Amino acid sequence: MAYRRFNQNLTERLFWDSGSIIVMVYALIPVAWIISLSLKRGADLNDHRFFPATVSFEHYQAIFQDPQFPAALWNSVGIGAISTLLAVLLAMFAAYAIVRLEFPGKRLILSGALAVAMFPPIAIMGPLFNLWRQIGLFDTWLGLILPYMTFTLPLAIWTLSTFFREIPWDLDKAARVDGATPFQAFCKVIVPLAAPGVFTAAILVFIFAWNDFLFAMSLTSTTQARTVPAAIAFFAGTSRFELPTGSIAAASVVVTLPIVVIVLIFQRRIVAGLTAGAVKG
Amino acid sequence: MNSRGKAERRLGWLLCAPAVITMGAVTVYPILYALWLSLHRYDLRFPADRSFVGLSNYWSVLNSELWWQTLGNTLIITAGSVSVELVLGFCLALVMHRVIFARSLVRATLLIPYGMITVVAALAWKFAFDPTTGFVNALLNLEGAWLTERWSAFFVIILTEIWKTTPFMALLLLAGLTLVPEDLLKAARVDGASAMQRFFKITLPLMKSTILVALLFRTLDAFRIFDTVFIQTRGAHGTETVSMTGYNALIVRLNLGLGSAVSVLIFIAVVIIAVLFIKGFGASIVQQEGEK
Repeated sequence: MAYRRFNQNLTERLFWDSGSIIVMVYALIPVAWIISLSLKRGADLNDHRFFPATVSFEHYQAIFQDPQFPAALWNSVGIGAISTLLAVLLAMFAAYAIVRLEFPGKRLILSGALAVAMFPPIAIMGPLFNLWRQIGLFDTWLGLILPYMTFTLPLAIWTLSTFFREIPWDLDKAARVDGATPFQAFCKVIVPLAAPGVFTAAILVFIFAWNDFLFAMSLTSTTQARTVPAAIAFFAGTSRFELPTGSIAAASVVVTLPIVVIVLIFQRRIVAGLTAGAVKG
Repeated sequence: MNSRGKAERRLGWLLCAPAVITMGAVTVYPILYALWLSLHRYDLRFPADRSFVGLSNYWSVLNSELWWQTLGNTLIITAGSVSVELVLGFCLALVMHRVIFARSLVRATLLIPYGMITVVAALAWKFAFDPTTGFVNALLNLEGAWLTERWSAFFVIILTEIWKTTPFMALLLLAGLTLVPEDLLKAARVDGASAMQRFFKITLPLMKSTILVALLFRTLDAFRIFDTVFIQTRGAHGTETVSMTGYNALIVRLNLGLGSAVSVLIFIAVVIIAVLFIKGFGASIVQQEGEK
């Protein structure tokens, strides 16, 4: 009996462990493929092999010599960072109020945010395009930051209010009884407790802004504000002698790596944030 | 009401105002403006021709074969990707739930597709299936230009969507799985229930609301698909989706009137999908909302 039981557990373990290896292969194949493509020499691009025969960095040199790509990278970083900062700041105010204060309209704000999260962005593209041209926001950083904030605020508010709800706010009172000023109590007690939630919301917002393609395609026209996803899509149009597959692959790797690193470092928090908004909420 | 309550109310509104105003300004106002635009003949290439035309833009869109075809395409992609994602996502969630070896590594790896830019994922799969650059044909010993025919192009598009978003589904389902009490499963096992029975009789019913929320979000998300189709086929070979039709009318052809009619119709379609979900099996979603 004991032997049979051990055996069953072993088979089960083997089953789930091989499952986990399959899962990892599944997740990594396209990433490995685009990295390998970016490292192939121009002449080897069409050799139908998964891994490069000879490793070369020529495509990386090429994209950084072309002025378009560094400009787009700068736009992506800048627009992503500012959108994240603003969205998280506004969401923090709102989430704090929703969790801590009693006022009518709380539920309305939460369900309104949910509705915005389900909103199809294409439905407002015409008006935004027209408005942005008229008031001078077309092809500017602010012109992208505003929609990014709008579409990430719901996620940020939901995530933050779930996190804030779990903070023991009585600690704040306790610190004040012990002689801390309200400001000290807030900075020394509440901020450290809230930091992980704020950080999670920030990562989720940044990933959204970094990933967006539709707004970047519709609301920009030059290197002034065009972000990397849109710039990569236009690489194809500026081909000189052949389709710039190698450059596209190299540019793809450059925009993917920072996100992959962030995701790997903060995976626990990202999972917590994603599931807080959708399952518990 | 006492003054403290009043002050709290004011502060509450004050703190929420910036977020609410931003969301309202960039969604509510533009959708109303889109409604207004959709009732006009308004083509940016012929700005002098602007005039009120009532519902004639809607009439043109709804009478065009293109609209119904693209709507059909969008529904095919949505149904194809979301249904596979649910099953595959469940498998991945179960693996992550049960696995002992390298647990956090598996989770971290699975987040990579979520973090990867959709455009890059679309390009990676496009290059993989490309007859000159790709490895897929060599691997399967096939010759064929996958993205130049409707159904094989759908296959690649749906595969890309599945690869990219299944991890999201899997993580939501995993969160739901952890809510299923382990004791219940153990008891069922002692009573002789098979793995299948345990899954269908215990796990699945307890996860109903998680599944519905995940399905609703993924369906609405899949319905607005744009990036993958744009990168892989640009809507050629009968793969155009409704978001692409809207983009083409608005941004490529600069026809704000007609394009806005398309946008409003997409908006209505999304509302219909959401209402169907919430009405159809919504009790659990609403209940979950209320429990907070």
